[in-house]
Order: sequence, then structure tokens, then C-alpha cells
Amino acid sequence: MADKILMKGNEAIAEAAIKAGCMHYFGYPITPQTEVAAYMAKRMPKIGGCFLQAESEIAAINMVYGVACTGKRVMTSSSSPGISLKSEGLSYLAGADLPSLVVNVQRGGPGLGGIQPSQADYFQATKGGGHGDFKMLVLAPSSVQEMADLTVKGFDLADKYRMTAMILADGTMGQMMEPVSLDYDVKQTVEKPWATTGTKMERDHNIVTSLFLNPDELEVLNFERYDRYKYIEENEVMYEEYLMDDAEICIAAFGIAARVAKNAINEARKNGVKVGLIRPITLWPFPVAPFKKAAEQVKEIISVELSMGQMIEDVKLASECKVPVTLCNRSGGMIPSPEQVLEAIYKAQGGAK
Amino acid sequence: MKNFKRLTLLCGHYGSGKTNVAVNLAFYLKQQYNNLVVADLDIVNPYFRTKDSLEDFKAQGIELICSEYANTNVDIPALPADIYRLTADKSLTAVIDVGGDDRGAYALGRLVPEIKAENNFDMLMVINGYRPLTPDAQSTIEVMREIEQACGLTFTGLVNNSNIGDETTAQNVLNSLEYANAVSTLSGLPIVMTTVKAELVSELNDKIDNLLPLKLQAKPI
Repeated sequence: MADKILMKGNEAIAEAAIKAGCMHYFGYPITPQTEVAAYMAKRMPKIGGCFLQAESEIAAINMVYGVACTGKRVMTSSSSPGISLKSEGLSYLAGADLPSLVVNVQRGGPGLGGIQPSQADYFQATKGGGHGDFKMLVLAPSSVQEMADLTVKGFDLADKYRMTAMILADGTMGQMMEPVSLDYDVKQTVEKPWATTGTKMERDHNIVTSLFLNPDELEVLNFERYDRYKYIEENEVMYEEYLMDDAEICIAAFGIAARVAKNAINEARKNGVKVGLIRPITLWPFPVAPFKKAAEQVKEIISVELSMGQMIEDVKLASECKVPVTLCNRSGGMIPSPEQVLEAIYKAQGGAK
Repeated sequence: MKNFKRLTLLCGHYGSGKTNVAVNLAFYLKQQYNNLVVADLDIVNPYFRTKDSLEDFKAQGIELICSEYANTNVDIPALPADIYRLTADKSLTAVIDVGGDDRGAYALGRLVPEIKAENNFDMLMVINGYRPLTPDAQSTIEVMREIEQACGLTFTGLVNNSNIGDETTAQNVLNSLEYANAVSTLSGLPIVMTTVKAELVSELNDKIDNLLPLKLQAKPI
């Protein structure tokens, strides 16, 4: 009926995945991402795709592994405790160099925690997500439109680099409704000669595995994989800068925290405080360069997070601790208010307004 | 607008705007009915509940019947025993916010024998043609039939709540009339009202009958 439709973030991920050519979804329900599965359950049978509610998160991620072996686009989604269950599978996917898309709509933790939004899985997503030496591409949307756009982008990157792309969203991003446009022209151009598609007696068997009996061989693969990671760090960083040109204070925030921060920045600017925002869109690879540059320009960086302070470590590393990096946060399912961020900005400015 | 029956049941596809319509319809009906109750029968979604408007209800003397677990971390489908007053106490006028889709409508089933026996109700389908799974009359009717099968009641009317959130323009609403009329024709049900955010009412007043202005519960971030 229209160019734009009204979607929940979770629905936007699901529809964008379908538009990106993902015909296989495996999942297990958990609030606040259940709409991804509910949407897939309605849509997949109508387009000849596969929606399967697995018996557990662990089963779902191993079904993802299975489809990924065949070279087809495949995804799963969950929320924080469910992602922990999937972490063994994430490591196996990495060890076998398989592309996949995994969605984490984070909720408050640790443990069973609660169903309100959180960003406390930053470490888990960016520092591995399972055992062994590996990385995942981590994409952090800040609007329903980005939930969709980054899903499509995530599939492309996953194919290109033969690795897992994770959409790291939070309960607010999953539940909020905004107008979106899903006008994509998706072309899957990556050849997958390694996929197990049947030899037709015309080629040797393809073997997809993460098991290596010879440590020399495994080490070589790990070195090669980290060369690829280095290339990604140099070529695939995404971030947004907002009012940074003349900024004397820099806010670091992603996802929902960046939206709150923007409101606070606009308010502070009205009172003449020169404050800007660097919003990482890729959390791995982390946008090191803009923070390094900001450290030469601003007097303080404030990391606004829905956690006890996780991204702040990467901000400190990137800015080489040349300026103070402070934390403005809520945890356990609570969201910082624009007023709280504003207070932190005024404090950095040197006292009350 | 039409005369409302003692019970107004609001059902629809999830995300169609049932709760916002329920809250605002309650404010509208409070002008005519003293004993007004809003009942939240949603067992599907733990977020965006009528409870968000609790303070406004209190200020206007509207009673809210709602699970004590709504908007909390207790993510379980729960209903309060008070919902039986909806059918037992015939002095009440009630707006009943039913959960989304057929799964949400199952919760209504337990009240259906009494609702049918009294036969003083309207069951309204809230529709939004800008939602991805109900973009046309056919898909909307499919959801309607699923809801009817789940709860055991049949719809008596439609609420056209077609919108794309904050960006909704008067033109978006006007463009949705063709869709709403198609749903009406195919289902044989009248469009009881068209709901729009309050700012758009002046632009649409002379173009659409039975407009109900909406004050939205959810705040943009």
C-alpha cells in the first residue's frame, strides 16, 4: 500500500532476512525477540522457506551450522541467556569458517535476569562469544530501519568473510515500532566452492569441520583467519559522527544509548555546550580511528551504556587514555535518561550549567 | 459516533494499535458513562500495556482491570480474577483490550458464554494497512477469521487505525481508506471509527466520518 510500512524492530530483522535470501530460520522463543520467530513462522511457509522451532537454543545453532555447510543463507535469533547457550555452536561455526547471521536482542542480566533492554552482552559479542581464537562481525542498529539494513549487510559480510555476523540489538530496538522501507536489491555474488552441495561425481568431497588432529595445521588456519580479521578491521568499520566537528566533549554510545545521547546533546547544545557523538555501528571491528582522533580534540569522552561499562574499555584503548573516559550508565534493564546524560555532560564541562 | 454497547472488545493483529485505541476510546466513553472500566486481557505481550496509562485513568476516574504482572519482569501469561466482573456486574461499561492475533484471543474464550448470553457487546477489529502482514483486505480477513475461531465470537465492526507511527500524515490516512473500505466490503462489517493522532484531526475532520483522536501512549526516543 505504501513505500513505508510500520514495523517492530524484530519484524524488520525477519523480513529483511527474507529479502536477503535467507530461506532457513531456526530458533527457540525468548522475550524480547520472540517476534522474529513469530514472523518467520507466518512468512516462511508462504514462500517455500523453512521455519523450525528447535527443541532448544543449542539445537537451533547446530541446525544453523548444518544449513551453513550447504552454502545457503541461514539465521537464528535469541536473547541474552539463549545466546549463552548458543556459544558452543558459534565457536564451531567460526572454526569451520561458516557464514551465518545470529541476532541477539539483549535483555537484562546476568543469569535469567529480566526482560527489559540491556547492552551487557557487549563483551560476549565482541570478545569472542565462545571458546577459542575467533571473532564475529558485530553490528549495532540504532533504529528499526537499521535493524533491517544491517541484517541485509550482515548476510553480505558473513558470506564475504565466511564468518558469523551478529546483530547486537536490545529489547527496546526489538520492540519499538517505526516506519521502514525495505526496498533492497539483493544480489548474492559470493561463490561458495567449499559448500557441501553434492559432488555429482565431478569433484572431490568438500569437508567442513572444526576438528583438526594436527596442531600445526590448526595453527596455520588460525593465523590465516586472523589475517582476514585484520583486513576486516581495515576495511569494514562503520560508525556515525554527530556534531563532532567543534566538539569539546565526546559521547561514545551505540544502539538505544546513542538515541538517548543525541537528545541530551541537542539539549546541551542549546545551552552552548560543545558536545558531539561517535556512534559505533560495527562494534567489531571497533571504530578505533575516530576515537583516536577525538582524543586529540576533546577534553573528555563519556561512554553511555546500558551495562556496568563494557564498551568503555575499547574506547579507552582506542583513545589511548589521552583524555579521561568516564561512564554514564544504567544496568539490569534500566535505560539512562537524557537528563542523566545531560548531567554527565555538564559535569565534564566543569560544573553546573 | 455510534452508540456503544456495554462491552467493547478490541481485537486485531499484534502491533495494529489495539491498546492505544482502547485507552483513547475509554477517555471518549468516560464522557458518557460513569462506571467505566478498561480491562487488559493481553496474555501475549509483556510490554506496551494499558497500565502505561494508569495515572491518566486514575485522574479521570476510570478503573483498570489488569494483571499485576503487566509491565514487569514476570513474563507469564496471567489474568486477574477481576475479569469475571466484566460479565457479572452489568452496571459496568467496559473497553476490553484483547491480546494480539489468535493467540491473544484465546484468553477471551472463557468469558464468551456470558458475553453471548447477554448479547450487549461489540467486537471490533483494529486494522492497520501499513503493517507488513496485513497489507490488504485478504490478509486482514485471514487474521480476523483466526481470531474469531480462537475466541468463539464474530466481529461486529472495524476500527481503521492505519498509520506509520510518528511520520503519519493526513495523506497516509486518506490513502488507507481504500484498504479499509475493501476490508469492510469483503467482511460485510462497518467501519465504526477511524483513529488518528490528535494533530491530524483538523485536517481530516471534513473528509472522514467518525474520527477518534488519539493521544499516544508510547513516547519517541
